[in-house]
Amino acid sequence: MIINPELLTSLIVGVLVGGASAYLGSVMVLKRLALVGDALSHVALPGIGIALTIGVNPFLGAFTALAVGILTIWGIERKAPIPTEAVVGLIFTVSLAVGILVTPEPELLEALFGDISKVSPLDAAIAAVLSVVVAVAMRLTQKDLVLGLISPDFAKAQGVKVAWLNLMFLALVAVVVALGVKVVGTLLMGALVVIPAAASKNMTRSFGAYSIFSLILGAVTAVAGIVLAAVFSLPPGPMVVLAGAALFLFSLAFRAK
Amino acid sequence: MPLLSVKNLSVRFATLPVLEQLSFDIAKGDMVAIVGPNGAGKTVLFRALLGLVPYEGEVIWPKNVKIGYVPQRLAVERNLPLTVMEFLRLKKASDEEIYEALEAVGLLEHSQGHHVQHHLLHSRLGQISGGEIQRVLVAYALINHPDVLLFDEPTAGVDIGGEETIYSLLGKLHEEQGLTILLITHDLNIIYRYAKKVLCLNKAKVCYGSPKEALNPKTLEALYGANIGVYKHDH
Repeated sequence: MIINPELLTSLIVGVLVGGASAYLGSVMVLKRLALVGDALSHVALPGIGIALTIGVNPFLGAFTALAVGILTIWGIERKAPIPTEAVVGLIFTVSLAVGILVTPEPELLEALFGDISKVSPLDAAIAAVLSVVVAVAMRLTQKDLVLGLISPDFAKAQGVKVAWLNLMFLALVAVVVALGVKVVGTLLMGALVVIPAAASKNMTRSFGAYSIFSLILGAVTAVAGIVLAAVFSLPPGPMVVLAGAALFLFSLAFRAK
Repeated sequence: MPLLSVKNLSVRFATLPVLEQLSFDIAKGDMVAIVGPNGAGKTVLFRALLGLVPYEGEVIWPKNVKIGYVPQRLAVERNLPLTVMEFLRLKKASDEEIYEALEAVGLLEHSQGHHVQHHLLHSRLGQISGGEIQRVLVAYALINHPDVLLFDEPTAGVDIGGEETIYSLLGKLHEEQGLTILLITHDLNIIYRYAKKVLCLNKAKVCYGSPKEALNPKTLEALYGANIGVYKHDH
């Protein structure tokens, strides 16, 4: 394996996006939103497809589609006659169907599975800045988020604006998903938010340790996957997910009581 | 001027009336028990006072009033990675203020402070006993020195011994700090022992006044139906 500029760029992006996704994922797992992240990544696909067709930056397309997706889910969360998960299931399969139809075939595979080895310097810079923004925003709102997940009513009684907090949180999820799609693709994005957090939850007792350890495991997972992919000339997306799965199995041996 | 003034408060869920035309005042320094059968709207009244449910009528608190709220129960998942100390720190207060509140609820005694700190404060919130979580919730409510404490009685999960002490604790906070307390209970003995006033609720107001005057066979019948016997402790 030769350390070339492309590999270095993908490692930096991988560390930042992997870390930010997992950090946010730590709260998503506790809020039982793990699969919402997965569903949202599928929502990104038609956005990417349309962006490629009309010739704009796919990241912009992904983010626009995600914004529509989270507003829909947020609206349903607030007044749902049907369970949120059912609507999420509907939205993401429909998005995937539309996405497959509108995405030009050569790019479809890349959008589905990601290819971090093809990240442009501009995309890398955007990813770096947004990852830091997500992590800082999460850090600043962490206390209210935890209060909200223990009991929305209890949080409201303490003066927390729970509905707005949830919208902001979903917006952060959308950013992280749009970034993660570059790394592992729309089909596997869910792994980037869920696996490190699940592994960390096995090994920690306090919230402080849990969230920081999620972040670290997310970064480690991304690096391990990208390096292994480069060594064995395999696609990086699936390798990142498998590296995460290996870490998860490892974490089972170190369970915190 | 009363600390809390409630005028013609009505709450309905869809078309079902839960509270009807409720009016009462709470003075600063009062300890008021709210009593009534299951489904009388006691918890809903608290939720209306906290602005958590839409209502008709008026709920008037002084500007910038600080309300400490102790919910009936907090469904905390057993494996939630959150220690008791981390939970208390969600209040955005200094550790000093947190320790002060812990001491006020008897979770931090000087002689055994270290013991308690390690065992309880570093335990997961979801794994402590019902009695302990009740005290932790009261401590949480006390952290920023509230003007009033709303205490919703736990219906399950607290042993008799634990229940006895949480009420003597509330009585002590009321006596020593002059804290205004509204507490929901179904235990008439608790009312006779600790409350200055009692508000009997059965969707509408049934009685309001000192326990000895307000609770008579007639009001009890309106609350719980006919033929209820009351055994009054003499302490």
